[in-house]
Amino acid sequence: MFSLLWLAPTLPLAGFLILATVGARLPRRVNTALGVGSVGLAALVSLLLAAAWAAAPPGAYTQTLWTWLHVGTFAPGITFYLDPLALVMLLVVTGVGFLIHVYAAWYMQDDPSIRRFFAYMNLFVAMMVVLVLADNLPLLYLGWEGVGLCSYLLIGFWYREPGNVKAAMKAFLITRIGDTALIIGLFLLFAQLGTVQIQALLAAAPGLTPAAATWAAALLLGGAVGKSAQLPLQTWLPDAMAGPTPVSALIHAATMVTAGVYLIARMHGIFTQAPGVMTAVAVIGAVTMLMAACSALAQRDLKRVLAYSTMSQVGMMFMALGVGAWTAAIFHFMTHAFFKALLFLGAGVVIHALGGEQDVTKMGGLRKTLPGVYWALLIGALSLAGFPFVTAGFYSKDAILYLSWTAARGAPWLWALGWFTAFLTAVYAFRMIFLVFHGPAVQAHPVRDARVSVPLGILAVLSVIGGFVLLPRVLGGFAPFAAFLRPVLPEPPQRDGGIFEVVLLAASAVASLGGIGVAYLLFARRRTTSPDAGLARFWRQGWGFDALYDRLVVHPYLWLAQECRHDVVDAFYHGLADVCLMLNGWLSALQNGRVRWYAGALVAGAVLLLALLVWR
Amino acid sequence: MILLALILIPLLGGLLAWWAERFGTRATRWVALVATVLQLGVAAGIWAVHPGGGQTWWLDYARPWIPQFGIGLHLALDGFSLLLVLLTGVIGVLSVAASWEGITVKVGFFHFNLLWTLAGITGIFLSFDLFLFYVCWEVMLVPLYFLIDVWGHEERHFAAKKFFIFTQTAGLFLLLGMLGLVLTVAARFHVLTFDYFTLMQHPLGLYPLARWLMLGFFLAFAVKLPAVPLHTWLPDAHTQAPVAGSVDLAGLVLKVGAYGLMRLTLPLFPEISRAFAPIALTLAVLGILYGAVLAFAQTDLKRLVAYTSISHMGFVLLGIFSFNTMAWLGVTIILLAHGLSTGALFIFVGILNDRVKTRDITRMGGLWARAPILGGLTLFFALAALGLPGLGTFVGELLVLQGTFLVQPLFAVLASLGFILSSIYALWMLQRVFFGPPAPHVEARDVKPHETAMLAAAIALTLWLGLYPQPMLDTARAGVAQMLSTPEGGTP
Repeated sequence: MFSLLWLAPTLPLAGFLILATVGARLPRRVNTALGVGSVGLAALVSLLLAAAWAAAPPGAYTQTLWTWLHVGTFAPGITFYLDPLALVMLLVVTGVGFLIHVYAAWYMQDDPSIRRFFAYMNLFVAMMVVLVLADNLPLLYLGWEGVGLCSYLLIGFWYREPGNVKAAMKAFLITRIGDTALIIGLFLLFAQLGTVQIQALLAAAPGLTPAAATWAAALLLGGAVGKSAQLPLQTWLPDAMAGPTPVSALIHAATMVTAGVYLIARMHGIFTQAPGVMTAVAVIGAVTMLMAACSALAQRDLKRVLAYSTMSQVGMMFMALGVGAWTAAIFHFMTHAFFKALLFLGAGVVIHALGGEQDVTKMGGLRKTLPGVYWALLIGALSLAGFPFVTAGFYSKDAILYLSWTAARGAPWLWALGWFTAFLTAVYAFRMIFLVFHGPAVQAHPVRDARVSVPLGILAVLSVIGGFVLLPRVLGGFAPFAAFLRPVLPEPPQRDGGIFEVVLLAASAVASLGGIGVAYLLFARRRTTSPDAGLARFWRQGWGFDALYDRLVVHPYLWLAQECRHDVVDAFYHGLADVCLMLNGWLSALQNGRVRWYAGALVAGAVLLLALLVWR
Repeated sequence: MILLALILIPLLGGLLAWWAERFGTRATRWVALVATVLQLGVAAGIWAVHPGGGQTWWLDYARPWIPQFGIGLHLALDGFSLLLVLLTGVIGVLSVAASWEGITVKVGFFHFNLLWTLAGITGIFLSFDLFLFYVCWEVMLVPLYFLIDVWGHEERHFAAKKFFIFTQTAGLFLLLGMLGLVLTVAARFHVLTFDYFTLMQHPLGLYPLARWLMLGFFLAFAVKLPAVPLHTWLPDAHTQAPVAGSVDLAGLVLKVGAYGLMRLTLPLFPEISRAFAPIALTLAVLGILYGAVLAFAQTDLKRLVAYTSISHMGFVLLGIFSFNTMAWLGVTIILLAHGLSTGALFIFVGILNDRVKTRDITRMGGLWARAPILGGLTLFFALAALGLPGLGTFVGELLVLQGTFLVQPLFAVLASLGFILSSIYALWMLQRVFFGPPAPHVEARDVKPHETAMLAAAIALTLWLGLYPQPMLDTARAGVAQMLSTPEGGTP
């Protein structure tokens, strides 16, 4: 059964190839069916693999298709590696990916370029699967760059709008900075340990010198912050919302943006050798989650609220990674994939129903026209806000908050930042709900389509029940998820919780309920709008990072390019040519045809020679 | 004998193509196409029938020529040379095909020059006698000068002269270096010979004059590569050359520079080259970054692509001077992949120029809407240029950087910044040409079938290099190891 593994990336890849080559000759319906079907089959393969795993866990399964290249011990293969971590990722990527593809068949039905859309989407899924299944770093990097490419192509999907293409370029270039750090990390790890195979690297990691481990972990972290839109490479994510909404749901919420989390969890053996970098991961995550939550609170564009929310939630996963709570991070990755995809898809319906309007302050009262979407978004928002005891988001967030204090690497201030972020999250999640669905009603077209309701329904269910696989000890400690991942991801050493666990659990609940209450007071009762000045404006513009980077990096580079445009080096050769021409001018001026001049020169030369002879 | 045939096919094919013009231009084109396909077929045949294994020298052909001066007609072939000869064959076919419609004046003479350039380049890859090497060098240059000067664009005369002066000066350095080497060896060891293998058996070591001789051999090939700051002939030559000329320049002529460094400069002067490495590595990194910045700054599409070549050749120089098998194998892959993908980019510029009648990217935009197939094909090669994994250039750059990192980590890290800068120029180019609102006055025609076929072939080969480069690596390995080893390395 496990020998089917290769089909998981190959099916979407085949979908891409067919769509990209012969798709132009096929009818639109066939193209759509191909695009959705290939990912559906991949999801089916993943489910079969999961079933086979449940029946008889092999520990890990490796499948080599062929040797990519082989120079000495540098021998990355086109090799896939399936273990519990990869299986969880695979299920989420193909499963959520399939639901989003179904939804996209509705969302993009009138777009003339639907074939190009599904071609890119299929290529994305294929590359994402390669990323999570890669057995060696170069192959992981292939998937890593592949998803970045698809992200670029899909953000700029509506390419006639120059702003979209600019956002796409920005996303690719900023993540590419991180990618370059990642590949330098690969060079370093191979130079130190003599292999590029991930499992072999992890096994050999304890042999790294502290300096080498720190460098390697820092470079991997550089790749992770780029892809996962964390400080300081976070500025591309809000602009990436220029892409079609299914793209935002799939790439910029559920899967690709969390690739950094996967990378760190996958390479955790390197990170545990570098305690300084672990602290950096936690701090970057904590700061990003708080800053992004503030920004989310101040946004008016519905999709940008969700983009900053994603950045914030991924920051929370980073904080978990930084304290060694690997399983909690992956748990939150999974629940976040469910509820954030749900939120994005629901938001897409809202925007569609309002004819393209994205400003939440111009929305209102939609719960009458879009009741189904209202319930779906409400469940998503509850899960995002961590509504206690019934939502998946509550359990995954609580696991992170708990460990951010009690893990050996945790600290009370990390917990405090996380708690405050959880509070803000509840506020902005319900600001969105109240502004969009409550208050005075605006005109909207109702939407009724199975391609919308089925994915939304499934994701809503998952956003609730997805949390019951890892319960805190005080609630029974039913934790098959942690048990499943334990062979790959060790539990962090932690202080004894005891009664403390109950206190923290209650605090989490208070943050969530308090945030919802505050949102009710501010946005349901009074419909407060944030002013376009001062702190709100600063937050809305993402804490001024764009302006800062423009001034520090973009403008100097443009200036440099402009200055060098005509190849400064060439000036030297032009100068050389000018000198030759000048000498040529002088010498040819001597040959002027006047006998008197020649005779004079002759005499002068003779005198000079004689003088030299005399004085010698 | 079959080695001689590899050179004679384009040589005679060129004469025949010129002569065939009397039967019409179609006859000329077909003769040229047959000659290039035949050359490619012979090279592929050698590759196919050659048994695998660690043997370095596959074929050898030696006849005396001017025995009084120790000059012989010595041709030989190892796996590394074979790959470059194969590349010559592919680029030859592509450049004949790319000229099928664009060249309409003096068609016979054009194809004569094209094929003689190919013959010269093939000769360089096969010559193991320095004098013969120099003759082939000149056979390559003079026809290329005519290609630019006669069939080029608006400023062709200037560009052709600049090209000729730079490369002739480089040739002079080479000639002086060769004569100096031969005479020094003759004086020290009493052996007057131009034969490569004999010279390799008489190493000069750190002999004082050897430093200057090495510099001659370095400068000659650094101009050809080109290495910053000796590169300024390239943007002009590329911009003004006809499509086939640009394809040949990027695909092959630059490779001659790399080949010369790898075959002659470093093996003949290993100790001095090692001492020289810091300077060469600095130039390499400068080239990678400077070329990428300038590529981004250009508005002429051909100039833009030309500067990307300078950037990519920086990786080649970097790999060569890290004296490391992994890096050298990476260089081999870059030479092949860059030849294909940059050649394809020039073909694309030619197609575009044919449609839009301009090379100025500020006057383009939104072309995707009118020519989506062309857009998709170009996207592919732009991605190859920015080093997307799975495509040939990436494999080469990965091996070069990893190999360099093992010995010179700092230079490798600095060179890696090229990954970022190359994305900037590649995406910028795509945006200016294909995205945004459609520019007015742009003709709507997409690619023609023969253009798609050409580019599809280049795509297939680029993917092969990117996803399964092992056959090429295995082919090159023994030759590369031989060149990297001390002068006692094997003779045929």
